[in-house]
Amino acid sequence: MLNYVIKRVGLAIPTMLILIVFSFLLMHSAPGGPFTSERPLPPQVLANIEAKYGLNQPLWRQIINYIWGILTEFDLGPSFRYKDRTVNDIIEQGFPITIKYGGWAFIFAVGIGVPLGIIAAVRQNTWIDYFAVGFSIGAAVLPNFVMAPLLVIVFTLWLGWLPGGGWNGGDFQHMVMPVIALSTSYMASIARITRSSMLEVLNSNFIRTARAKGLPEHVVILRHALKPAMLPMISYLGPAFVGIITGSFIIDLYFGTGGIGIHFVNAALNRDYSVIMGLTVLVGSLTIAFNLIVDLIYAWIDPKIRY
Amino acid sequence: MSYFAKSLAASFVVASIAAAPVLAQEMHPVTGETLADEQTFTYSLMDDPTSLDPQIIEDVSGSAFARDLFEGLMNQDADGNLIPGVATGFTTNDDKTVYTFTLRDNAMWSDGRQVTAHDFVYAWRRAADPETGSPYSWFMDIMSIAGVGDVLSGDASPDTLGVRAIDDLTFEVTLTASLPYFASMTTHATTFPTPSWVIEEFGIEWMRPENFVGNGAYVLTEYIPGETSTRERSTSYWNNEATIIDKVVTLNIADENTAHTRYLAGELDLGTVPTGQYLRLKAEYPDETKSYPRLCTYYYSLNMGENGPESLKDVRVRQALSFAVDRSIITENILQAGQIPAFTFTPGATAGFEVPEVAFGMMSQDERNAKAKELLADAGYGADNPLELELLYNTSEGHKNIATAIVQMWKETLGINVTLANMEWKTFLQTKGDGNYDIGRAGWCGDYNEASTFLDLVSTNSGYNDSKYSNAEVDALLQSAKTMDDASANYTRIEEIVATDMPLIPVYHYTGVGMFKPSLKGWPFNNVEGNWYSRDLYKIVP
Repeated sequence: MLNYVIKRVGLAIPTMLILIVFSFLLMHSAPGGPFTSERPLPPQVLANIEAKYGLNQPLWRQIINYIWGILTEFDLGPSFRYKDRTVNDIIEQGFPITIKYGGWAFIFAVGIGVPLGIIAAVRQNTWIDYFAVGFSIGAAVLPNFVMAPLLVIVFTLWLGWLPGGGWNGGDFQHMVMPVIALSTSYMASIARITRSSMLEVLNSNFIRTARAKGLPEHVVILRHALKPAMLPMISYLGPAFVGIITGSFIIDLYFGTGGIGIHFVNAALNRDYSVIMGLTVLVGSLTIAFNLIVDLIYAWIDPKIRY
Repeated sequence: MSYFAKSLAASFVVASIAAAPVLAQEMHPVTGETLADEQTFTYSLMDDPTSLDPQIIEDVSGSAFARDLFEGLMNQDADGNLIPGVATGFTTNDDKTVYTFTLRDNAMWSDGRQVTAHDFVYAWRRAADPETGSPYSWFMDIMSIAGVGDVLSGDASPDTLGVRAIDDLTFEVTLTASLPYFASMTTHATTFPTPSWVIEEFGIEWMRPENFVGNGAYVLTEYIPGETSTRERSTSYWNNEATIIDKVVTLNIADENTAHTRYLAGELDLGTVPTGQYLRLKAEYPDETKSYPRLCTYYYSLNMGENGPESLKDVRVRQALSFAVDRSIITENILQAGQIPAFTFTPGATAGFEVPEVAFGMMSQDERNAKAKELLADAGYGADNPLELELLYNTSEGHKNIATAIVQMWKETLGINVTLANMEWKTFLQTKGDGNYDIGRAGWCGDYNEASTFLDLVSTNSGYNDSKYSNAEVDALLQSAKTMDDASANYTRIEEIVATDMPLIPVYHYTGVGMFKPSLKGWPFNNVEGNWYSRDLYKIVP
């Protein structure tokens, strides 16, 4: 087990390097640059700025400097767009925000999605099943970029219960709408996946055996069916968790929470190279970490899996 | 509490609530309107300014911060006229190449130090210094300050820039050319003084609220990127007594529809008008929905450069394309917010600029269409030799609507096929900048209120001359305009030449649109540069 973990961590390093180099090249191949603007800068001014940010060096040198900066002082560089801030500043300020609303959205999505899926499977073809399936489809066709402005109209404009956006340190009032808007579609997916895998498990031989032995239904479900039914769920939740805690462009856009989600899209549009790279490194390392955790949970749930 | 005590307490509360407005009621010193108790002005931002550092600021929203947090040599009043700022006035030599500003002795930094000419010297050198890496260092260049070229190229130290402090309260600038409008350029954020001692101590973090020192009417007390910021009135500002708004708050709302909803919910004093909704909102909220002229022009540049199509090198084709655009359909049926059809590049709202009666602007659209057909036929294009072009614009619903309409006009009037091509912003800029386009969408807003800020774009050497247009007479007229007290005759002549050579198709002059709470007063609608100062605003009891 320990060997396995060491091996995976060892593999993570080349994976990250490939990710960095590949993203770097891809980013620089996009037309335009951070200082391309509607009023093109005079060549001298552009040269001064490029020199200041090291963009006048050959690409390979920039990549090496970048990686060196991360390894030696965990320095992700200055933002090319927000000139008073570094990428470290941007992540330090925004990541705690997305972790907070993303974390609650995750708890919300799992806490409601999983029970809903289980109940729907156990009570297949009853009203509760239809409700769960209907809800899943509804949440899937009502994307968060529709839901977010709708929530603002209902809760801010019509009812006047909640502020239309902002963060205010993450107090309850400011969290309600972001958490609802972010969690709904995850909740729907979770409910759907749980339901279908639960149905599959409930139709398998060992469940029939358990029922034939005369075990009470709740023991059959909770002790025997739940664990194997969770396996597809777990592999979904690993990447989903990373996605959800690194925030959402839509949530930050509509609610002005100040999270890092908005930078995923804006940094690419603005060619803010260092912010794109910083976010890539963040999401990349989190994804690698959580995939490892998921694999370890697998081994714990399914005794057939051995490392 | 007994019933009696409760009702006594209740009546006391009622009495104090009723009494409060009476006690606090204040009048506006000039208009006599009753001022509201709470003088907080809240508006929304689409995105954080790219910087709050005056020398580095490059966007409109950042400039608004700078005008509150700092004060330059000169300010603008509500009509855009030049009024004293830190400088009480200025003198020039005969040929307007040396400007000497006299500074007031009561201008203070928010840490209590006096604002001196040395602070301006520091700031102006800093703006030009390659080390600062300011995207707006070119502004020092168009100000024609002596030695700026060598400073920008790194060939000379910033100390050689033509600025000096004769004494603490006298600031002198030497120019390489005579610029009659030089003083008006000192209202621009790039020229605002900055505190050297704070910048040296804190580096790029000097603008954080905990480190901030400014000389404006407000100080930055809170800044949470992506969420909100607060600036509060500065007690050390020399004219603090005249300030009415106590607090200015920005909220980041990147979506214009959400910003509008939150305005309606009462969270904002200044709201956006979502694209295409001006007429509806004007009908629904006539007192709150406003449209006002701006110093901006929307146009299509026609690529006459080497990568451009052969057809556009023919002046008749360019004229035909411009003539066949029915501008009133664009302004009245598509934009619908009071925009002005454009036949000249410079907007009529520009100070000292009279819109010349260029020939094609005087015709009716039917005459223009007839003339356009004639011109295109003369150029040898028709059914047997069809003209094919591509119109490039950056991806946006608004640009698409206009482009679709214009392409349709060209098809109906001239029978030519123009295909639409849209690109994401940076790709669009790169492609257009490289000259790989036929017809390209463009917009230009003046950097200062004088026609040269527009007409420089048609000079041969302008970096913004995407049409690659070159006319020796235009270049000469622009050159001589620089040294004239009144260059309007030159500008008129240039517009006439441009209206004939047609290197670009002016489509319309912008208007600003917004929704203003009835309680918010003092907004400078007549300042066509859109420069507003929070200290001039106030809130009344509506």
